[in-house]
Amino acid sequence: MNFKLKDIVPQLITVLAVVLVFGFFTYNAQINMENRGIDFGYGFLSQESSFDVQFSLIEYDGSHSYFRAYLVGLLNTILVSVIGIIIATILGVIVGIARLSPNYLINKFAAFYVEFFRNIPLLLQIFFWYFAALRALPLPQDAEAMFGVFFLTIKGLYVPAFIWQNFNIFIYSIIAAIIAIIVIRAHAKKVQENQGKQIPVFLISIGLIFILPLLSFLIGGVRLSFEVPVLKQLATTSFIYEGGVSLPPELIALTLSLSLYTATFIAECVRAGIQGVGKGQKEAAASIGLTPNQVLKLVIMPQALRIIIPPTTNQYLNLTKNSSLAAAIAYPDLVLVFAGTALMQTGKAIEIVSITMFTYLTLSISISILMNWYNKKIAIQEK
Amino acid sequence: MFKYLKQLTSLVAMVAVLFTFTTESMAAKKSKTLKNTQKKGFVRCGVSQGLPGFSNADAAGNWTGVDVDVCRAVAAAVLGDANKVKFTPLSAKERFTALTSGEIDILSRNTTWTLSRDADIGLTFVGVNFYDGQGFMVRKSSGITSTSQFKDGISACTNIGTTTELNMRDFFNSKGISYEPVAFEKADEVVAAYDAGRCDTYTTDKSGLAAQRTKMKNPDEHIVLPETISKEPLGPVVRQGDAVWEDIVRWSLNTMIEAEEYGITSANADMMKTSDNPAIKRLVGAEGELGAAFGLDNDWSLRIIKQVGNYGESYKRNIADTGILPDRGPNQLWTKGGILYVPPAR
Repeated sequence: MNFKLKDIVPQLITVLAVVLVFGFFTYNAQINMENRGIDFGYGFLSQESSFDVQFSLIEYDGSHSYFRAYLVGLLNTILVSVIGIIIATILGVIVGIARLSPNYLINKFAAFYVEFFRNIPLLLQIFFWYFAALRALPLPQDAEAMFGVFFLTIKGLYVPAFIWQNFNIFIYSIIAAIIAIIVIRAHAKKVQENQGKQIPVFLISIGLIFILPLLSFLIGGVRLSFEVPVLKQLATTSFIYEGGVSLPPELIALTLSLSLYTATFIAECVRAGIQGVGKGQKEAAASIGLTPNQVLKLVIMPQALRIIIPPTTNQYLNLTKNSSLAAAIAYPDLVLVFAGTALMQTGKAIEIVSITMFTYLTLSISISILMNWYNKKIAIQEK
Repeated sequence: MFKYLKQLTSLVAMVAVLFTFTTESMAAKKSKTLKNTQKKGFVRCGVSQGLPGFSNADAAGNWTGVDVDVCRAVAAAVLGDANKVKFTPLSAKERFTALTSGEIDILSRNTTWTLSRDADIGLTFVGVNFYDGQGFMVRKSSGITSTSQFKDGISACTNIGTTTELNMRDFFNSKGISYEPVAFEKADEVVAAYDAGRCDTYTTDKSGLAAQRTKMKNPDEHIVLPETISKEPLGPVVRQGDAVWEDIVRWSLNTMIEAEEYGITSANADMMKTSDNPAIKRLVGAEGELGAAFGLDNDWSLRIIKQVGNYGESYKRNIADTGILPDRGPNQLWTKGGILYVPPAR
C-alpha cells in the first residue's frame, strides 16, 4: 500500500498541477474577455472573409469564408515545407558526403558552406534572399528568357504552363509502370534468394518508367503543349507576363533560404551517420567480395541511416515551423493569412491563435509519426 | 488574509495618488486605468513602428508626431508632465491585442474608426485626430496619373491587418480589375518591396503614403494619385469598460482642437487666463471646475496647451513643417473650411 501510494502521489500532483494551471488561464481569460465585452466562439469561420490572398493552391477570393482562408494558408505552409524538405534533404546528403570526400577542394568547400549558412540567423537569410537578391533581378521588360521560355524577374519566375490532352491516360501509364516495378522487384528478390541469380532491377525499372508514359503519347492519344508567358504592358514602365504559371518571388526566396539553412544541419547528420559506422564493417564487407557500391548500399547505409534519421526528423520539424517566418516577406502562409489578416479583421485572437497552434502541432506530429515509422522500419530487426 | 492584503494595496495606492494629487475624487476611484497610471507615473501608449508625422522615433528614441501628441496631452493632464509617456511601437496586427490585454492604455496609432472595431473587439474610439482616406502611390515614370489607368494584373503592395486590405478588394472588384495583393507585416518592408519594383502600386492611407514617400530612395520618382477610395477617420482608442479614462482621453484631444479654435497657443496660454471670453477662461482653468469630473485638478487643460500645444501647433510641427502634407485639407477647423469640430468644453 505504502509503496503504491509513493508511486501514485507524484502522478496525481502532476495531473492536478496541469489541470489547475489550465483552469486558471481559462478562467482568467474568460473573466477578462467578459469584462471587456469580447465574445468567444468559432462561428466567424463561416463568415465571408472579404480579403484577397496573393497566392493560393485552391480557388479562393474574398467572397469565400474565413475557413477557406485558413485552408489557403495551411496549404501554402505545407507547400513550402514539402519543397523545402525535399531540397534540403538532397542538398544535405550531397554536402554531408562531400564533407567526407578525400578531395581537398570539395571537402573544404562543403565545410565552408555548412559553417557559413548555419551560423547566420534564418530571418536575416530570408531578408537577404528576398530584398537583396530581389533588387538585383530585372524588371519584367528587361528579363532575358532562359531556354527561350523561362523568365526570372523581380515580380516572380514565369514558367510555361502545361496543357494536357487525355491527362488521365498519362497518369494511368505512370501508375502501371510503378506497379510493374514493384512486381519485378519482388520477383527479383525471390529469384536471388532461391537461385542466387541477380536480375538488373534498376535498369529495368528506369526503362519501364520511361517507356510506358512514352507509349501513352504514341498510342494513348496523350498530347502535351506549352503555353509560354507573354509580356504585357500595364503602363509606360510597368509590365507583367501573362499566360503560363508564375511563381511569386516570396515563395522562391522562402524555399531557398529554408532549404539552404536546414541543409547544413542535415549535412552534419549525414556526416555523423556515415562516420558512426565502424571502419571494420566496410573492410569486412569488402573482404567477402562485395563491390564498393554494394558495400555502401548493403552495409554502410543501412547502419548509417539509423544514426541519421532521428536528428534529421528534428530538422524537418524545424523547417516546417521556421516556415512561419514567411510573414516577414509577404508569403501568404498560415501565420500571415490566418494568424495575421484574419485575426486582425475578426479580432478573435484566442480562437485563431489556438487553431494555429493546434495546426502546427498536428503538422509536426504527422511528420514525427511518419519519420518514426521509417526509423522503426530500418531499425535492427532482432530475431 | 486576502482581505487585508487588498486593503493594504488600495491604501498604498491611495497614498501614492494623494502624494501626486491632493484632489482625490470619486472619479479617480472608479477609473482603474487612471489610478494605475498615476501609480506608475507614466502613460502607456501604443504607437506605430515609425510613420513620420504621426508617430516616429528619432535616433535618440524621442517620439514625435500628431498621434504621439495625443498621448503626451493625456500625460500632461493626468500626471502633470507631457514627457511621462512610455511608448510601445506596435505592428498593425499586434495593436488591438496589446490594448485589450492591458499592455497599453491608449492606442494612438493612425487607427481607422470602423463599426466592427468599435462594437466587436472590446475597444472604444474616443474621437478623430486625423481625417484620412486610402489612396495609391505609383512611379512617375509609369505614366499613370489616375486609378482609371489601372489594368488587369497590377500588383499592389500593402500592410496586413488593416482596413486597407479590405478597401483594396472593394475597389478593384468594383472596377472589375484583377490584381495581385502583396501584403507585408511591417510598413518598412512594404516600402522596400515597392521601392525595389516588386509592385506597381503601393496603397495605404494617403497621409501614410505622403509620410512613407519621404523614406523612399528617391521621393521625387513617386506620386500619390488624386483619387481617394475610402473614408479613414483616424483616432485614439481605449479599452472598453473604463468610462472615466475614455472621457479623459477624449477631452484631452478635444482640448487641443478647441484651444486652436479660440486661438490659445502654448505661448499665450498663461496670458489667456485674464481673457474676457468665458470659454477661453474655462479652457485655461481660470473659470469653472471642469477637471473635477475626471478626478483631475483644474489646470489639466492648461497643462495640455502649455506643454503640448494646440492641434494647429501639433499639425504644423509634425506634418506641415516636415513637408509631409503642408495643406491641412479636411483637417482644418470648421471655422476655416475644414471638418474639425468638437463639442464645447463646459
